[in-house]
Amino acid sequence: MSRIAGRFAQLREAGRTALVPYLTAGDPEPAATVPLLHTLVRAGADLIELGVPFSDPMADGPVIQAACERALAHRVRLCDVLGMAVEFRGEDAETPLVLMGYANPIVAMGVDTFAEQAARAGVDGVLVVDLPPEEAPAIRQALIDHGLDEIFLLAPTTTEERIRQICGQAKGFLYYVSLRGTTGADRLDMEDVAERMKCIRTHATLPVGIGFGIKDADSAAQAAKLADAVIVGSALVDRIQAAADPHAAATELLQDLRAGIDAAGRAGGAP
Amino acid sequence: MPHSSFPGGYRWPDAEGHFEEYGGRFVAETLIRPLDELAAVYREACEDADFWKAFEEDLAHYVGRPSPLYFARHLSRANGGAQIWLKREDLNHTGAHKINNTVGQAMLAKRIGKTRIIAETGAGQHGVATATVSARLGLQCVVYMGSEDIERQAPNVYRMKLLGAEVIPVTSGSKTLKDALNEALRDWVTHVENTFYIIGSVAGPAPYPEMVRDFQAVIGRETRRQVQEQAGRLPDLLVACVGGGSNAIGLFHPFLDDSDVRLLGVEAAGHGLDTGEHAAPLARGRAGVLHGNRTYLMEDEAGQILATHSISAGLDYPGVGPEHALLKDLGRAEYTSATDEEALRTFHLLTRTEGIIPALESAHAVAGALEAARGMPEDAIVVVNLSGRGDKDIDTVARREGLSL
Ligand SMILES: Cc1ncc(COP(=O)(O)O)c(C=O)c1O
Repeated sequence: MSRIAGRFAQLREAGRTALVPYLTAGDPEPAATVPLLHTLVRAGADLIELGVPFSDPMADGPVIQAACERALAHRVRLCDVLGMAVEFRGEDAETPLVLMGYANPIVAMGVDTFAEQAARAGVDGVLVVDLPPEEAPAIRQALIDHGLDEIFLLAPTTTEERIRQICGQAKGFLYYVSLRGTTGADRLDMEDVAERMKCIRTHATLPVGIGFGIKDADSAAQAAKLADAVIVGSALVDRIQAAADPHAAATELLQDLRAGIDAAGRAGGAP
Repeated sequence: MPHSSFPGGYRWPDAEGHFEEYGGRFVAETLIRPLDELAAVYREACEDADFWKAFEEDLAHYVGRPSPLYFARHLSRANGGAQIWLKREDLNHTGAHKINNTVGQAMLAKRIGKTRIIAETGAGQHGVATATVSARLGLQCVVYMGSEDIERQAPNVYRMKLLGAEVIPVTSGSKTLKDALNEALRDWVTHVENTFYIIGSVAGPAPYPEMVRDFQAVIGRETRRQVQEQAGRLPDLLVACVGGGSNAIGLFHPFLDDSDVRLLGVEAAGHGLDTGEHAAPLARGRAGVLHGNRTYLMEDEAGQILATHSISAGLDYPGVGPEHALLKDLGRAEYTSATDEEALRTFHLLTRTEGIIPALESAHAVAGALEAARGMPEDAIVVVNLSGRGDKDIDTVARREGLSL
């Protein structure tokens, strides 16, 4: 069983919804990342999404764009991010780690080299934002060959037929993009999300996470009623960026979210 | 087709929008459905004779087509070698080839029932052409433009505003065309329900490269007819500048099966290819994924997109349409480049010899054509796409010469 599947199995056993924070690797500087990842775990993260900085983050809002720019000012490359994963794994063999980013840095490294090195670094899953299932089966095969879970996005615009197809290919968990917009947008419509989640659940055998627009205990609680995982990115990156003590700020936000999620109880629904 | 370079005829893209390994749809999941819808409505329009009739009528009476094919006798004499003919896209309404595409895409927007139009622009020509068709059809229009480009193309910014468009400055990244494209894509994922994205070149995810090409192919179809009428035969060489590559593909496409007609694209060499400060991905880039398609890109070894430089805002882009990537690999088209200096020199030469002030983008094409023509016999025919007029650039040129207007 992959580390991601194992973690979701444990959570299901415990009747808990996963809290999944996102950080851009190398923001605001490379040395900050690994200590922050450990802080996130201590503050209640069940899985971690580590963003690979890219010069043209087309699906990201201003907060993560700025995080990418800060990381790229230090010339953080995909191979450096893999180095951070190795360092993180040195002390944490348990917490699943998912890389999230765009296709081009992976293409530039070479998909086989990337998949091999990522697996060796202890990465568990990969989410390539601009790689829908019909493109580049070559990347897909490399990820499968090296035992990495390919995480797919589902969007409010995804048709039911396509949800069915994607559910058939996805590994690890499914990531439902809860709104039409970029990361960090503020237009979450929970009724609409509930409607969509119902449809997704009829096809999904994997756990389903909700991300985009989760920013506080309240939105986390609402998402937790519908999902197996609650994903928070921009709100965390923003807090850390603005704080004098990033570790305290990250801990505070995650504890808030955790409290909201736990108070909501676990609706879940994944088998 | 006895002379075709391609057995059975030129056949790209495939049904998924791939030009062999290039093109495709590398976008976030949210955009798949609007792209599917766009592809479907475009396929349906392709079968609809009334759609093309309405398109042709707008091109005739609103854009002012056909644009003339002009034998530039004085320029040819000054240069020596082959005859230079100019396809006068600069005479179109709004001053460039860009309007051919915006007329077509706006018709599709109406057909799908979208009420809000967005566009990215570099030189501002595509923004103006989009604002123009939006004004005419009563559609709301938002144009994204890099803050650096807003600075250097001020007259076009004002034109867009006069036309009722909202121009949103983009201050992320390199503050030029590529960043404007990112921002337009972000707008589109946020407003997919009511918004139609009019991309200004043969770039972006499928079906854009194919669709924009088909709208721009009127340039090549007219050229083919005109050169046969006026010179009695097909040309020896076609030349166009390549930013995203839409004016070039528009000229080349109807000639792809004519193996005797050579095709030459001219990229922006900026300060020189060896300085790294240029916008010539076909000359110096490698294959990668940006803005929804796989193509040649200017990137560093880690796959980060590089800032580009060209004196001409419309060529200042790190990628290139995927069909050009294919034509380069197939050897069907050749690609060269012209520096800022060469483009400026040619800008003045054309202005003084023919009384035609070209856009700086188009001056790159003419520079490439002049060089090629010098090595060709006097009876050879070179057709250059004069993609736009230079009114928008006179500030830039004056400033380079230490003047302020
Ligand atoms: C006059 C003119 N020519 C050429 C271009 C470059 O675009 P493309 O390569 O798509 O023709 C532009 C772009 O703004 C332009 O304004």
